[in-house]
Amino acid sequence: MAVGEEHRGAAGPSLGARLVDGVRRFFDGDIWYSFTRSPVVMVSAAVTVLFIASAVFAPLVAPYDPFDLASIDLLDSSLPPIWMDGGDPRFLLGTDAQGRDMLSAVIYGARISLGVGFASVVFAMLLGISLGLLSGYLGGTVDAVIMRIADVQLTFPAILIALLIDGLARTVLPRDLHGQVWFYVLVLAIGLSFWVQYARTVRGSAMVERSKEYVQAARVIGIPPLVIMLRHVLPNVMGPVLVIATINLAIAVITEATLSFLGVGVPATSPSLGTLVRVGNDFLFSGEWWITIFPGAALAILVLAVNLLGDWLRDALNPKLR
Amino acid sequence: MTSTQANHPLLRVDNLRIEIPGRRGTLVAVDDISFHIDEGEVLGVVGESGAGKSLTGSAVIGLLEPPCRIAGGEIHFDGRRIDNLPYEQLRRIRGRHVGMVFQDPLTSLNPLYTVGRQLTETILTHNDLSEKGARKRALELLREVGIPAAERRIDQYPHEFSGGMRQRVVIALALCANPRLVIADEPTTALDVSIQAQIITLLKRLCRDHGAAVMLVTHDMGVIAETADRVAVMYAGRIVEVGPVAEVVLRAKHPYTVGLMGSIPLVGHDVERLTQIDGAMPRLDAIPPGCAFNPRCPRAFEPCLRERPELLTVGPVEAACWLHGGTSGGGGGHD
Amino acid sequence: MIAFVVRRLLQSILVLLAVGFIAFSLFTYVGDPINNMVGQDTTLAQRAELRERLGLDDPFVVQYGRFLLNAAQGDFGISYRHRRPVAQLIAERVPATLELSLVAAALALFIGVPMGVYTGLHRRGFLSQVFLALSLIGISLPTFLIGILLILVFGVLSQDINAAIGFHLVPQLPTFGRGDTVQLGWWSTGFLTESGLLALILPSITLALFQMTLIMRLVRSEMLEVLRTDYIKFARARGLSNRAVNFGHALKNTLVPVITITGLQLGSIIAFALITEQVFQWPGMGLLFIQAISEVDIPVMAAYLMLVGFFFVVINLVVDLLYYVVDPRLRADKAVAAGHQ
Repeated sequence: MAVGEEHRGAAGPSLGARLVDGVRRFFDGDIWYSFTRSPVVMVSAAVTVLFIASAVFAPLVAPYDPFDLASIDLLDSSLPPIWMDGGDPRFLLGTDAQGRDMLSAVIYGARISLGVGFASVVFAMLLGISLGLLSGYLGGTVDAVIMRIADVQLTFPAILIALLIDGLARTVLPRDLHGQVWFYVLVLAIGLSFWVQYARTVRGSAMVERSKEYVQAARVIGIPPLVIMLRHVLPNVMGPVLVIATINLAIAVITEATLSFLGVGVPATSPSLGTLVRVGNDFLFSGEWWITIFPGAALAILVLAVNLLGDWLRDALNPKLR
Repeated sequence: MTSTQANHPLLRVDNLRIEIPGRRGTLVAVDDISFHIDEGEVLGVVGESGAGKSLTGSAVIGLLEPPCRIAGGEIHFDGRRIDNLPYEQLRRIRGRHVGMVFQDPLTSLNPLYTVGRQLTETILTHNDLSEKGARKRALELLREVGIPAAERRIDQYPHEFSGGMRQRVVIALALCANPRLVIADEPTTALDVSIQAQIITLLKRLCRDHGAAVMLVTHDMGVIAETADRVAVMYAGRIVEVGPVAEVVLRAKHPYTVGLMGSIPLVGHDVERLTQIDGAMPRLDAIPPGCAFNPRCPRAFEPCLRERPELLTVGPVEAACWLHGGTSGGGGGHD
Repeated sequence: MIAFVVRRLLQSILVLLAVGFIAFSLFTYVGDPINNMVGQDTTLAQRAELRERLGLDDPFVVQYGRFLLNAAQGDFGISYRHRRPVAQLIAERVPATLELSLVAAALALFIGVPMGVYTGLHRRGFLSQVFLALSLIGISLPTFLIGILLILVFGVLSQDINAAIGFHLVPQLPTFGRGDTVQLGWWSTGFLTESGLLALILPSITLALFQMTLIMRLVRSEMLEVLRTDYIKFARARGLSNRAVNFGHALKNTLVPVITITGLQLGSIIAFALITEQVFQWPGMGLLFIQAISEVDIPVMAAYLMLVGFFFVVINLVVDLLYYVVDPRLRADKAVAAGHQ
């Protein structure tokens, strides 16, 4: 239960093995047990897996390709879902104003939302862990500068920072170029607004490790600090980092959706769930609610499932709450 | 109960069992223990951490934290059963009749209130006094526990006191309502070694002055030897030996107690023979069959592995050990 | 005390300078301000003259200093798009945003904190489980989606719903703009007219819901944390009443972290207001900012940043001071030295 309190020497199994070991320790019997005991968590996991699978295999799963203009017929536009009057059996969830199948649009939308979400979480994680290690291990001025920046950034909501970075990129980059690089811009914008939590967690652990005797010993015999950090600090923080990453995935998906909803995120040519909601919002008052509600519902269900998973993971990893 | 004073003990605990329900079944943290404390008596409860002694203290005052729970047995205070009282009635006993001193004075006091406020609040809860009278009483208590310049200190916050001074305040808080029993849970463990003796002396003197009995929970046999009238030794959730302190210290019957005695330096004895018990106490989910101490016992023999010994009278003390009688027979032969 | 305040003030000024720097960099290096101000047919000579007049050829530090000086006096230049002073544009929009944020903050605090205390104290109660489940849904629904759902139910479908159940259950509420406002000096308020108040309902609920769930969860977890501490156990061991323990000892200790994070949350309400403003076309600063971003109206963007930065710094300062009032450990640096023996 106690997490990684043993470090007998700097020499040991390879980094890969230690990382695997760290992950394995968190997924030992207790956590698996609590997973199998909670139906809510199991359903959330199933929903999340379903979303990820259908996002990855969207071209195979979706009935139509919403980007294939040849398959879209304006005559099919604004059809309601099949269980309503005027529904068309070809389109389970109806069609949008251009005659696109909503189900396919949602599946492809989730693909983009999850893609941006995952990429920004990975980016934030790498950035945060590196800065946290640097900060905790070097201390002094480096630490002070990094943590001051973190403090200042924490006082601003992530959405505002993401909005600012995205807006900046929009103004700096020529319009046609932005059409190609929006993915990276979004990942940068969202990732940059979430690194602080990782950095703080890793920094704390690195500071604790740094003062331990085996690290001093390892330094004396000439093992590079980087190796020490990777080998001993990283496995210890895998659990908390995993929890933060899970909850961050939910927040990143929401942030992307919000940016897209505000019209500064994913362009309408390859719509994410947020873009779909924004586009559909214009049809809300004319009664074609399904154009906006289905992407919105998909978004809410996805985020709820990931949040539930994150919540459970945090409780399961925190012995205090047991 | 075999004690000669069992007529009307202040506190009587019969067959107490405390369980911790967990994901992999229920752990038994305190297993069927019985003891008593007489009016004005100091009972030392000693054992390694995890032996169940703190849980026993918490159970007596009704503050076991979930998921720990009393699964069996009875607790009687002054002839009245208290373990099954509703929360509100038990609350009236806490502080009023049974005081408690915790281990860490740094965390026992609310950091956001002055010492005086915490004292008067407690005094007013239990006594029918005016605000002014309560403050006067608080000042007396602070002086009594040896806080210098009490008039000034009473309006200070806990963080302005040193560890030893805070523990004095905690003792004052426990004695607010003149309780008849004080449960002191490792009262000196968190303190500086140089202050430990002062606090123990203070606690003992005050309890004697106020006529309060003490249940002194500690892992420090030295403290017990100096302070207690009787001592109960706990191991893995059971009492393995109980008796007058001089008997237990000088002529320990249970090999575990013998080991504990070996690990304290006694003034005037030769220090070379300080010994240590090999190994560690078993985890609650891995208590061996028979006597729980058998894997570490230097004198374990066949019945120890098979059957759990009960507390039996051995001269002036009681011990749970096959070496000292019992139905399995042959135990005494080793002596 | 004074040292503490001075330190905080210095920190705040530093933050403002940093925000100002970002805003100024936007101003100076993103696009060519001259291009944005003049028409196609302006000659090179005229452009050069304008550059000269605006001081765009001065050294960086001079320009930055001038920018800050102007900003401090409320002068943020002329909007590229609206061709009006930015300060004027913003001043028109500030009341709408602040009134919305204020109502939302009040909702979030007065509902979120009691709910958090309740769920913290009655950890395993049925109602607590319901609150917790609701709160998880609350943080999983993006703000804009909540707004859209409210519009759908109370704007678009309310008649249909009432007709379907044959009972006037769902009122029709305004879903667009501020309603009628009353001008008080330069401040326009929606608090004084019926339509203004009605118009506030849906946007403020939308804005409050997310913050409310966050505050509730935060108060709950802090409450649980505090209830586990030794001093709470000791307070119980002293026989204090439940009421005294829960509300006297536990709640006050919960307040310390809650104030900090709640303060930050309230700050972010102003930022999140821009989403709500977009959904309900609420004529506030946020809507102005969103438009400015898509139109690359840099002076407006810079001004909004500076203003939001200023609000945040003020809120943080107030939070720090409150913290100081609640927690004696911060107050007593000199007493500590005297008290320890």
